[in-house]
Parts: sequence; structure tokens; C-alpha cells
Amino acid sequence: MPDNEVLRAMHHQMVRIRLFEETLVEVYAEGKSPAFDIAAGPVPGEMHLAAGQEPVAAGVCHHLRPTDAVTATHRPHHQALAHGVDMRLLAAEIFGKETGLGRGKGGHMHLFSREPAFGCSGIIAEGIPTAVGHALAFKKQGRDDIAVAFFGEGAANQGAFHEALNLAGLWQLPVVFVCEDNTWAISVPKDQATAIEDNSKRAAAYGMPGRYVAGNDPVAIWEAAGEAVGRARRGEGPTLLEVETDRLLGHFQGDPQVYRSPEVIAELERRDALARFERRLLDDGVLDEDAVTRVREEARAEVDAAIEFARTSPYPAPESALDHVFA
Amino acid sequence: MATTETTTRLLTTSKAIAEAIGQEMEADDRVFVMGEDIGAYGGIFGATEGLLERFGPERIMDTPISETGFIGAAVGAAVSGMRPIAELMFVDFFGVCMDQIYNHMAKIHYESGGNIAVPMVITTAIGGGYSDGAQHSQTLYGTFAHLPGMKVVVPSTPYDAKGLMTAAIRDDNPVLYMFHKGIMGLGWMTPNPRATGPVPQEAYTVPIGEADVKRAGSDVTIVTVSLMVHRALDAAEQLAADGIEAEVLDLRSLVPLDRDAIVESVRKTRRLLVVDEDYRSFGMSGEVMATAIEGAFDYLDAPPARLALPDVPIPYSRPMEQYVLPQTDGIVEAARTLVRG
Repeated sequence: MPDNEVLRAMHHQMVRIRLFEETLVEVYAEGKSPAFDIAAGPVPGEMHLAAGQEPVAAGVCHHLRPTDAVTATHRPHHQALAHGVDMRLLAAEIFGKETGLGRGKGGHMHLFSREPAFGCSGIIAEGIPTAVGHALAFKKQGRDDIAVAFFGEGAANQGAFHEALNLAGLWQLPVVFVCEDNTWAISVPKDQATAIEDNSKRAAAYGMPGRYVAGNDPVAIWEAAGEAVGRARRGEGPTLLEVETDRLLGHFQGDPQVYRSPEVIAELERRDALARFERRLLDDGVLDEDAVTRVREEARAEVDAAIEFARTSPYPAPESALDHVFA
Repeated sequence: MATTETTTRLLTTSKAIAEAIGQEMEADDRVFVMGEDIGAYGGIFGATEGLLERFGPERIMDTPISETGFIGAAVGAAVSGMRPIAELMFVDFFGVCMDQIYNHMAKIHYESGGNIAVPMVITTAIGGGYSDGAQHSQTLYGTFAHLPGMKVVVPSTPYDAKGLMTAAIRDDNPVLYMFHKGIMGLGWMTPNPRATGPVPQEAYTVPIGEADVKRAGSDVTIVTVSLMVHRALDAAEQLAADGIEAEVLDLRSLVPLDRDAIVESVRKTRRLLVVDEDYRSFGMSGEVMATAIEGAFDYLDAPPARLALPDVPIPYSRPMEQYVLPQTDGIVEAARTLVRG
């Protein structure tokens, strides 16, 4: 069981992620009405937000250090923030600004940071082999850093997932595979796409422990991730965690969500993990109302500053598109 | 680079490549090799022969048949400070792992705004001519050269092969290193005298992006790469007997492409023939011709010509396969037509 300091830290992490994502909902909508034009407004392009999935990022990344490598997906903001990527640089990249993580060349699905070591891929499951490579490098270098690969339950049906897990099991690499099971691969639910109920059982095929963590509960995730990270750091090999979570928003902003009913969406909101966690910490006396207010104010200020930084940063010179193809 | 007769031996191309890898592994702990059958077997085409015995299985890593997995792992290892070499046994297999190559290996440096380098090499075997059919005979260098973010090296001689491999390993960028099976000097391929040549023992580099005039001439420029350099040199000898002096320009890499060398040679000879073992359309032959037209249009005495694979899959049966591949006789004929009309 995490101590109160950890609980408060995870709560703070979840709040700042939620506020960041909620703010992006508003910012993304700017310039996109009355007619929705995906290319319009200060934040163009696809936007995949992670509201509801904060427990996974907060629970896992709390165990990490900046030199541990995290690979994420097309929905990467929560993990980037939880792993310590500077919110201002993240926001600036999302705005396509010169001050962004990738000088505006990457965008929200292609975020890269040297320290904290973070990368992501917009191609389903294809960030997983990279994490195996980070872990391979760490083992060769004699470091006790580890790699964590985040991916969705839809990715567990891609070949890259299976190849990567086999390599990690074969070579006993310090990597933790974290499958975020939010049920929906865009519009297709898990039970229409996956031959077994729990992807975590697939760990057995690759010689590693697998565990399903139900309930979208940051405490349970923190505990399971702690074990997995510890095993990896001690050189005892990889672990596959599958974590039940909820995607409160559409697959992307603008998703009409015709594939799930208003009742289903209302149920997701009713069981919102952040609200539940906050209620629990209040009930247990870990936080009081003043403390919650302070956390929210602090997060609000951080998010506002990040968005302001992004808004006021300059765009890259158009011709800088020609730079950085090669080192 | 200093070479002396005492340190230069005759080596096959495959041994020259393996020597370069071994020397860089000696010099740099970050260098290691992953691939299928690259350990005890020494690589199906010999590019890692003898390295397992010297460096052990931690650095010469036989992998499962999981190209996406281990090429992706090479990308991650490169980002995290290693200098991996990953072998894709036949380039024709790129279909099972291309995402890691063109969406990850080749784009991360750009997407990161130059913050993250991916120093790695993919070695892969290319080329046909020995009846291996449509899935094991392609060159496909044009496919990779079309996609930004990776250097594409295609050597033709043992000397270049070693120097380019050393340069590729030391390069901070991803490099696709494509060796033609017909230039490796393998005992089980049709003998090719040009697959053995002088190679200095000590490490040296051949700069990636510099074409090389393999034979100087004044009447026609033949631009090509890899095994077709050998065919072009054979053709040039026949042409010389006929009073035609062909210049054979070996590009050695498609990315970067030495456009200046193409233009300079065409301005001198005023005629261009491109010989390309890749598919004809949308590929190297068209790019080289466009380069000549852009840079030497007023110098041309005849429209540029090309020999390339017609746009068909490579057939198995020998008469058909030999028909679609550029041959020495065809090069002679095309060059003669360019010069004499």
C-alpha cells in the first residue's frame, strides 16, 4: 500500500493531467466551429486525449526515474507528463511551435525527449519493439534503468506486440509492458477483436509473468507496477501488465462516438477514476478540501502557463522544414 | 588513408564487410550485430563470418525470425546510446518490418527536431540473376531511397564495401547498407572475378555520398551501382575494342546522391546511359536522368537512355529472368546506339 505522500503525489499527477487534457478540449475547439475543420485553429490535426486514463500513467510512472525509457502511443500526453516531460515544451509541440519538444516537426503523436527519456509512435504497437531496444541497451551498458512500453488493448493483436514480447522474454530484458485496456480500439470493443478475455494471459506464451489489474485504480496499478518495475530493475526480466481503464472522450476530438450509447458514456463519467480517487483520499483523511483546492489551483496555474507559453511562442520558420532530416 | 602493399590483401566483398564490422566492434563497445543466422552461420551471405567466435553471442546476436521486433529493438538501442547493426536477410523481406524502418528509424531524428539521433546500420542482401524468384531477387534500393531520413549505400567492390561499412557504422544517421549477392564472392554463386579485390587491412572509410569513376571515358557516361558496375565495366571493355570510350560512374550510394558527379561526367561525355537492376519506373534510372537533364541539358548530344528491369515481378525461369535483367550485351548495344545513333 502506498504511503500518504505517494497517494498525494499520484493525485496531483492525475489532476494536472486531467486539467491539461480538458484544457486541450477547449483549445482544440478554437476555430473549429461552426463547421468542424480539422486543420483549423491553434491546434490542428488529430487530437487523442487521455482523460480517464490518468491512473495508468500516474501509477506506473511514479516508479520511474528520468533515465528510464518510456514509449507511448498516439494517445501519449498522460504518460509524457507523468514521466516528467516539461508541460510547456509538450504544449508548444502540440501547438506546432519552434519551442516545442521537436521544434514543431513531431506534433502530438510524435513526442521525443532525451531526458526524461520518452518517445512515442502513432503506429499501433510499433512503439513496443523500441522499448525492447532501450532495455537491451541498458542491459548491455550495465545500467539498472528500465524501459516501459505503453500500448492499448487493440495493439495486443498486432504482430509487433508478439515479436517484442518474445524477444524480451527470450533475452530477459528489463522492460515492463503496460497494456491500457480502455475497451475500445477506436470503435471496435475488445470482445469483438480479441480471442481471449485478458491479454495479460498472453504473457505465459513469452515466458514472463502477466497480470490483469482491474478497476482503473491508481493504488492497484501502483502496486502491480511496483512489482514489475522492481523485477525489471533487479534484472529478473520482463512483465506484462494489462490495466483496465476508461477513455472518457472519443478516440479523437470530433469523434461522434456512434459506436457507444449515451448510457455507456454516462456510466464512464459516473465511475470517473479521478473523482473516485479524490473522494477516497478525502474520506481517508489523506487530503482535505483545502488541499484539493490547492492542488487544483497549482495544476491550473501550471496548465495555464504551459498553454500561454505555447500560444506566445513563435512558429518555426517555414524553411526550417528542410532541417534535421539527417544528423 | 594510408595503404601499403604489405597491408593490402585480396579479399572477397563478404570478407571485406565482415572485416569492417569486426574492426569497428574492436574499436567501439557500442557496436553489436543482430539478425537471423548471423552467428554460427556467419550470415547467409557471409557478412558476419567469423565474428561470433571473436565477440561471442552477447554482441553477435542470432535473433528469432522477428524482423519488426529486432529492427525495432535496434532503433531503441540506437536511441539509447548503442550502435547496432541489424541484418535483414533479403531486402525482399522488408514488407514484414517496413514500419520500423521508414516510420521509426528514418523519422525519429526529424520528428525530434534534431534532438534524438538513431545511429544504426541495416545490412541487407539484394539482387537476382540466380533464379531465386520474385520474392528473393529484388534490389529495391529505389524504394528506400525514395523515403527521407536514411542513407542508402550500395557498394560494388570489396574496397568500397569495407570503407563504406566502416563509414556507415561511424555515421550518426541510420544507414541502409545493401550488398548484392552477386558481388560477395560466395562459393555457391556464379563466379565473379570482380567480387575479389585488394583491400587494406587497417580500418579506413569511403565517404558516403561520393560517386566514383570506376573507368574514365570520353564518349558516353554509364551511371550505375552494385553488380551492374561489374556489367558496365565488362561492357566498357567491349566498347573500347570498338573504339568507344565509356565512362563508368559508380554512385556507391543513392542517399546522399552525388548529383555533381553525374552532371560533371555527362557534361564531359555528352551522353548518358543509366543501368539499373531495380524496377524501371519511379526509380533510380529516372532520378539520374532527371539530374542530368537539370544540370547538363545543353550538353547532351542525345536523349538519355536507360536499361532497367521492366515493370514486372522477377520471373523464376532462367531464360525469362535473364531477359528482364540488364546484361552486358544490352549495355554494349545501348551505349553504341547512344554514340553512333
